[in-house]
Amino acid sequence: MRNKIYSGFDEAIADIPDGASVMMMSFTGPGGIAQNLIQALKNKGVKNLDIYSYSNFGYIGQVPGFKPYTMPDILVENGQVRKAHTSWGRGAAGQYCALEQAVLSGKVAGEIIPQGVFAQRIRAGGSGVGAFYSPVGIGTPYEQGKEKRVIDGKEYLLEYPARASFGFIRAYKADGLGNLVYRGTARGINPLVAKACDVTIAEVDEIVEIGEFDPERVITPGIYIDRIVKIPDGGFK
Amino acid sequence: MKERLTKEAIAIRIAKELKDGDCVNLGIGIGTAVPNFIPPEKMVIFHSENGVIGHGRVLTIDEVEFMDYNLVNAGGQHITSKPGMCLGDFGEAFDAIRIGRVDVTVLGALQVSEKGDLANWSTDLSGAWGTIGGAMDMAIGAKKVIVGMAHTTKDGKPKIINRCTLPLTAPECVDLIISDIAVIEMTPDGLVLKEFVPGWTVEDIQAITEPKLIIAPDLKEMELV
Repeated sequence: MRNKIYSGFDEAIADIPDGASVMMMSFTGPGGIAQNLIQALKNKGVKNLDIYSYSNFGYIGQVPGFKPYTMPDILVENGQVRKAHTSWGRGAAGQYCALEQAVLSGKVAGEIIPQGVFAQRIRAGGSGVGAFYSPVGIGTPYEQGKEKRVIDGKEYLLEYPARASFGFIRAYKADGLGNLVYRGTARGINPLVAKACDVTIAEVDEIVEIGEFDPERVITPGIYIDRIVKIPDGGFK
Repeated sequence: MKERLTKEAIAIRIAKELKDGDCVNLGIGIGTAVPNFIPPEKMVIFHSENGVIGHGRVLTIDEVEFMDYNLVNAGGQHITSKPGMCLGDFGEAFDAIRIGRVDVTVLGALQVSEKGDLANWSTDLSGAWGTIGGAMDMAIGAKKVIVGMAHTTKDGKPKIINRCTLPLTAPECVDLIISDIAVIEMTPDGLVLKEFVPGWTVEDIQAITEPKLIIAPDLKEMELV
């Protein structure tokens, strides 16, 4: 079997071209964010990216005294993004958010999506569903341009699946087959992103021997994971 | 002297509204402090959009030693675990909301209309950009929507108005407003003033509330204990 374990982050993203679509978790603190892959993508400098980044382009959640963490906003700041899909378009009060500036000045095309709808779109993308009807956003600006349908007397909006060419996810441990377990709320959207991308790359705290995981505990089956990179210092503490 | 409640005091009043056995989602803002004020004999299951169900309280900045980057709420605040807590992914979190397994959601607001329309995600009038978060999902999915907010804007203008001018989060979704001066319930007849903060008269509250308030027959002073 092909070896899925890569020696470094740069190697793992080496084939991401200009114009690629990339999906990555970014929400609720640094625990579940593939910060090293995001940093490697910035270092590579590819342009015209179409990014699906759940939320938190700003830097909320940081605790004074803890080291800052890397967010997808650095790609926007670095001029690498042409299109962005997110639920959080602004920084927290008084905080700088490169995406906000880029969208308002017309440099980046932004799509703002309610959080649960975003999760369901990624889920649809990862489950081979063509589209689905969602009850969220009826009677708000979000419904503009969306097909509306009444099902059992209730109004719904047609939503399309989200898929990307590359996916960055963060997990706690992987085995050589790519089976993954997560830790706490760092699970987040990672298991959904794993299935919604053509090439999924996971950065993990630890790589264990095949057979070490209790099958009942595996959250993401390895068949969805293409590349694994171990974080050298054992992850974000 | 007319004093307004602190954010913490609003959270204390919201906590009193929650029942034993309720599953409660807490939006970012005032709501996240609510678990700190639930008495131990009351089992409230706190749900966060990032997939944690049954979490404990929010840690303060002084409790850095207990913080775990792998245990945070939707606002990125560090929380404690609690016996019976479980973890899912974002899909799981929003399934629970859409199918009505979340009894109460506590949200902030920029504006609330007479009909209970909620605007809380954008100050951009076109509604083309903003921070939408999970509020649209929660406002339509939770069985009860409680808004916790300051009664007026920073420059003293009413936030409870006849018609929202900002982009809506969801129409006709708010059930109860707990502000820093009053508790107001949305009813088919209109807005009912149920409680006031000591020092405030009905006239004071009406003066900074655009729609006409109906006075509850059992109108009372707000109690925080």
